[in-house]
Amino acid sequence: MSISKSFSTDVARGLGGPSWLVDRRVRASGSLDSITWPTSAEEIWRYSRIEDLDLEKYRPVSAERLGAADNESAPGGGPFAREAGEHSGMLVVHDGRVVHHEIDPDLEAKGLRVCGLATCDDSDEIANVLGSVSSVSADAFTVLNDAFMPGGALISVPGGVVVPHPIVIVHWCDGDLEASFPHTLVVAGESSEVTVLERFSSPNTDHLVDAVVELVVRDNASLRYLSVQEHGPRTWHIGLQRAHLGRDARLASAAVALGGGYARLRSESLLDGTGAMSEQVAVYFGDSDQMLDFRTLQDHAAPHTRSELLFKGAVEDTAKSVYSGMIRIREDAQKSQAYQTNRNLVLTDGAGAESIPNLEILANDVKCAHGSTVGPIDDDQRYYLESRGISPEEAERLIVLGFFDDVFGRLPSSSLTNSLQRSVVDKIEHRRTR
Amino acid sequence: MSVLSVSGLHATVGDTEILRGLSVEVRSGEVHAIMGPNGSGKSTLSHTLMGRTDYTVTSGSVQVDGEELLGLPTFERATKGLFLAMQYPVEVPGVPMAALISASLRSRGVDTVDLDSRIATEADRLHVRDEFLLRGVNDEFSGGEKKRIETLQLALLRPKFAILDEIDSGLDVDALRDVSRRVEAMTKEQNLGVVAITHYARLLTELRPDHVHVMMAGRIVASGGPELADELEASGYEGVAARLGVAELAIEKQESSKVAFDRGKTESLADVLKAAGSKADDPFADPLA
Ligand SMILES: Nc1ncnc2c1ncn2[C@@H]1O[C@H](COP(=O)(O)OP(=O)(O)O)[C@@H](O)[C@H]1O
Ligand SMILES: [Mg+2]
Repeated sequence: MSISKSFSTDVARGLGGPSWLVDRRVRASGSLDSITWPTSAEEIWRYSRIEDLDLEKYRPVSAERLGAADNESAPGGGPFAREAGEHSGMLVVHDGRVVHHEIDPDLEAKGLRVCGLATCDDSDEIANVLGSVSSVSADAFTVLNDAFMPGGALISVPGGVVVPHPIVIVHWCDGDLEASFPHTLVVAGESSEVTVLERFSSPNTDHLVDAVVELVVRDNASLRYLSVQEHGPRTWHIGLQRAHLGRDARLASAAVALGGGYARLRSESLLDGTGAMSEQVAVYFGDSDQMLDFRTLQDHAAPHTRSELLFKGAVEDTAKSVYSGMIRIREDAQKSQAYQTNRNLVLTDGAGAESIPNLEILANDVKCAHGSTVGPIDDDQRYYLESRGISPEEAERLIVLGFFDDVFGRLPSSSLTNSLQRSVVDKIEHRRTR
Repeated sequence: MSVLSVSGLHATVGDTEILRGLSVEVRSGEVHAIMGPNGSGKSTLSHTLMGRTDYTVTSGSVQVDGEELLGLPTFERATKGLFLAMQYPVEVPGVPMAALISASLRSRGVDTVDLDSRIATEADRLHVRDEFLLRGVNDEFSGGEKKRIETLQLALLRPKFAILDEIDSGLDVDALRDVSRRVEAMTKEQNLGVVAITHYARLLTELRPDHVHVMMAGRIVASGGPELADELEASGYEGVAARLGVAELAIEKQESSKVAFDRGKTESLADVLKAAGSKADDPFADPLA
């Protein structure tokens, strides 16, 4: 694997923005020469389709295509923003560049920032935080994101501020044979509360999205975060979502992954302060020849921390899914609790799901449990519903929605639940008409 | 007036014949008890009537009002008027009973506008708490709650014939009374025909049968009135078998058949937790113990 010449330092520099950001890009692009590209021989890429990714054929979305950093031409967030309902702020991001932002003026007066990383007023402060979470143990795609992120979405909540409604981030990624590098930074200040709903989508183009999401949850803050991935069928999505939790911080994060050709999410929580709590849940549904790939980490570095993970997926047609999860409890993290569950429904013969749970426990006074299942719909459940006069098609739909029900019930915002459930049903019904 | 007519029914699982020529005829409003020892094929009968695909019917017929049901898929048999209250109702997480009932009523073309109030009324009659209506159907319910919910569905779906497979197992006295009274009322108010399959006579003190059949090793070996249940109570299955000269009471369990029940699941968190704080119902527990 290697990248084309279009991934040059000149292009990285040309993406503009404040000088600290340009310098940061140039530094990262300089290190690309010595980078080790992933292969599926590495554990973290095992079962993936990374070998099928022909990086050579993509070029980064250029400054010319993006236009000026402060050219916010997008009218609004489209249907997703409407469905998300009332919101306290919104960002629309096209190929990694913020093209629209809005914010409740009262909250802005209290210091809330909802803006582009490249155009924000508090630029210098941001410079110190950006990458503080994602660049720890950076992999090739994180470095690539550092080198070519044009700007990105910033949400910064000052200490003590409670944001009453969700903040919505809508990404649109397009451009045939182009690669885009969205970067989202959410900072929930001490004792603040905020909900963020982020959505990635693309048309039916051969596009590579290399996305990084950093979630910084300061002491005693509460962040509820949802990411919805609904890319077109030929989009490659390689995503890192990493959270850093301070003392007594609370994170409830959810991922709904429905789109993409190959779509990968690394979802990681570092519980770094005593009493921190992290919840990671996900719904994924793969059809046709999609591969949905998840790598999770619950990393306990402080005592009395608690993490809970519930990932549920279904695959049909010849789709594949991979779940590989790690619970790591470091030496100092005594009295911690970690739970990890991954369940998979394989709806048709050609489909398949891998599920690999892992534990690495270095403390002795902890509670941990993990479990995973992979299998078809339970025959007894089908029979039970059919015995009540429900057709096999309807029975399958009810069972699949029922299977996902506990995760849908835990999404950080209920406003999107119905339409996301509808998307799941659409996939089941679409198979039947093929 | 409807008739459920089962005649000369033979059914196999794998190489083992379990139903060996079974006939019974049930009319609307009648209560027939089928009593048999463990392993005599009672549940096999109930699933064969409902069309479960694990069982192969080799000959015989099952008709409702002259219309053949064998060959129809399970859901169509239900829409033709059969209802099976299962011995082990299946847990369906995330699918509350109301969703299930409204799907089955819709598939029958029945109006669901006043469904919520009908459910509330029935739940009251059967002393089912709201909690059990909101959770996924049977999901971690006790044995007794499961049977109440089976009866609740029966009452809402209003079939022509109900097959109750050991509806009394796992029930305490109060639940047994609630369930029996509700079923009995349906036989009077809606002319429901009932096949009450049971191992124990105690159900029949609550749900009084018009006809009693004794089932052994896949066939009915004696039919009569309630006095037959009294005889079973007094002399047991062995005693009745001796009087009738029947040697084989139950079908030998096939070693290979065990495999069919193993679903090869890997250990899950829920299972691990359940095992740890085991309040889970033992489906094989003696209901009289
Ligand atoms: N699905 C099945 N697969 C294999 N054997 C079965 C199956 N169902 C029933 N049997 C066998 O058939 C016999 C009768 O079982 P069953 O119908 O459950 O009896 P009962 O309900 O009267 O206790 C038993 O020996 C049982 O092991
Ligand atoms: Mg039985």
